Amino acid sequence: MNRRSLFQLIGAAAGSAVMYQAMTELGHAGESGYTGPVELKGSPRGASVLILGAGLAGMSAALELRNAGYQVKILEYNDRPGGRNWTLYGGDRYTEMGGHTQNVQFAEGLYLNPGPWRIPYHHRALLDYCKRLKVQLEPFTQVNYAAYLHSAKAFGGKPRRYREVQADFDGHVAELLAKATAQSQLDQTVTREDREILLGAMREWGALDQNYEYKKGLLTSERRGYVSDPGGGLTSEPVASDPIALHELLQSRLWRSIAAGHIYEFQSAIFQPVGGMGMIGKAFGRELGPLIEYNAKVTAIKQDDHGVSVVYQDTKAGGAARTATADWCICTIPASILSQIPVAVGAPMKSAIDALYYDSSIKVGLQFKRRFWEQDDAIFGGMSYTDLPNALIGYPSTGYFAEGPGVLLGAYTFGVNSFLYAAMSPEERVRKTVEYGTQIHPQYATEFEHGVAVAWHRVPWTLGCAGHWTPELRAKHYDDLCAIDGRIVLAGEHASRLPAWQEGALLSSLDAVRRLHERVMAA
Amino acid sequence: MRGPSLIPAMMLAMVLGLAAVGVDHAQDMFAGSYPQQSGEELYKGICQGCHMPNAQGAVGAGAYPALAGDPRLAAAIYPLTVVLNGQRAMPPIGADLSDDQVANVVNYIRTHFGNHYKDTVTPAAVKAARRPPSTEEPE
Repeated sequence: MNRRSLFQLIGAAAGSAVMYQAMTELGHAGESGYTGPVELKGSPRGASVLILGAGLAGMSAALELRNAGYQVKILEYNDRPGGRNWTLYGGDRYTEMGGHTQNVQFAEGLYLNPGPWRIPYHHRALLDYCKRLKVQLEPFTQVNYAAYLHSAKAFGGKPRRYREVQADFDGHVAELLAKATAQSQLDQTVTREDREILLGAMREWGALDQNYEYKKGLLTSERRGYVSDPGGGLTSEPVASDPIALHELLQSRLWRSIAAGHIYEFQSAIFQPVGGMGMIGKAFGRELGPLIEYNAKVTAIKQDDHGVSVVYQDTKAGGAARTATADWCICTIPASILSQIPVAVGAPMKSAIDALYYDSSIKVGLQFKRRFWEQDDAIFGGMSYTDLPNALIGYPSTGYFAEGPGVLLGAYTFGVNSFLYAAMSPEERVRKTVEYGTQIHPQYATEFEHGVAVAWHRVPWTLGCAGHWTPELRAKHYDDLCAIDGRIVLAGEHASRLPAWQEGALLSSLDAVRRLHERVMAA
Repeated sequence: MRGPSLIPAMMLAMVLGLAAVGVDHAQDMFAGSYPQQSGEELYKGICQGCHMPNAQGAVGAGAYPALAGDPRLAAAIYPLTVVLNGQRAMPPIGADLSDDQVANVVNYIRTHFGNHYKDTVTPAAVKAARRPPSTEEPE
């Protein structure tokens, strides 16, 4: 069996979380290689670098090159720094491809991160830049045992608590394994000595009783929750809850979502910037100040033996096309856009750029009159999962217990459902998201106020959320995409092996900067 | 398996935390199927996300081409190939559609939005135009 078939088999049998683990082991997914700020030794002797795009890749490149003595300038399409590092607040206006404009009405302090929203503890480059730029971080909650798992096709459409599904799944599996062990069915693979250890482990792991059974009682309620919690005084008797039967649990498919928190990127600790992910882009923007020219739409990228020249238009001021020149160029424009711009690079890099389309993704932020998920459901941060098209409900990991309105992430999805969402008007996306969410939180019906929907295929400056790599495309094009072509080098999440992560954008940029500097020093 | 490789798609899903999402819902999310069957339903359900309801396309830092009055639609093989294989920013959406669905949507765009082509694409022609299954990943 080849590797790909193996992945597919694992994926089909165990869910993609397990497959991800398998891929990680085989080196297909990995951790940040960041070991500290990049060191660019030697004087560039006045060399200039034009950077296209003021996302994290472009701005980190500008910061490091400026500090090393280069003359640096960034051209940015938007009127703000950050790119996909982006937060929408009340008062913001967002116009998508096709012209729909959304006026964000979120109350003071509330926000939606349409793009990235969490920073794993091992994304060392991003965490280091946050530290250097004094961006304050706070914990992001991924797994919440009180959140819901929901299927329209299971339990009459009634959501179950994550902790119930988690405890019952582990408990039943532990019981099965313990039975198989006790019945000597595993003698071929487990030694006599290990059998005793395994049986003990199953008891502890699955909350099994002395007969190795997972069943109703205070022991299992201590995992899955009680009907009535232990109390004080004369009303203190706890009432145990009924585990979900194995057959029903398996058939429900709710177990699909319990492995998410095991994934490397979703393991604790995870962080978010206080006030929204966009705080990082803003901090970079402040640091770089006038080095960034905004509202600049690049229309051609040229190079010859002496330098690069980039033609662009000022989308705000209008007027004739302008040209910026430099010795070198770091281009972080997404491949989905770059493939449409005449760019003077050789066939290998051009083929690589043309080979990447960008995936569809959707996020919908909903404001409610009150934080009912906390007040009524005791859900503080984390996320609920559903097989409805909205896929996920994300609860804010900040502002706990606040009175007044709150914003939650009402939908976050990719693929088919995301394509379908993108084809709707923003109003319809919000309406559908409320309709789906009401099946999990009936409070939506009375508490919903307004929302904002970002479909990434409609985002004018990316045409999608992230570059879509396959193993075949990587083998064929990745090295060509990352190589320096004359005086031009590309950077961004698409030029990394951590696709769609901000860490990937930074590592790509730092790698490009390092190689470019070597080239300059050698000249 | 029909369609783009499931693995990187799922890996991306994982990565984005959609993963989270879904964990396994990622299977549905990336290599799923579309319920729409008629050309009009498919256009309104999928294509107009980028090409817009009136097929006029849209312009930002990059552009989505108009399908309205597009002379490149004259040869049916052109839209058929683009739907099946993608082209630059255009995803290979046909990988997640049946032969009937691809034929229906291609025929729809070639007979609407100011396009009046008489010849039609058959499901058999779609089947024949699909790329052979992608090669296995090198070991």
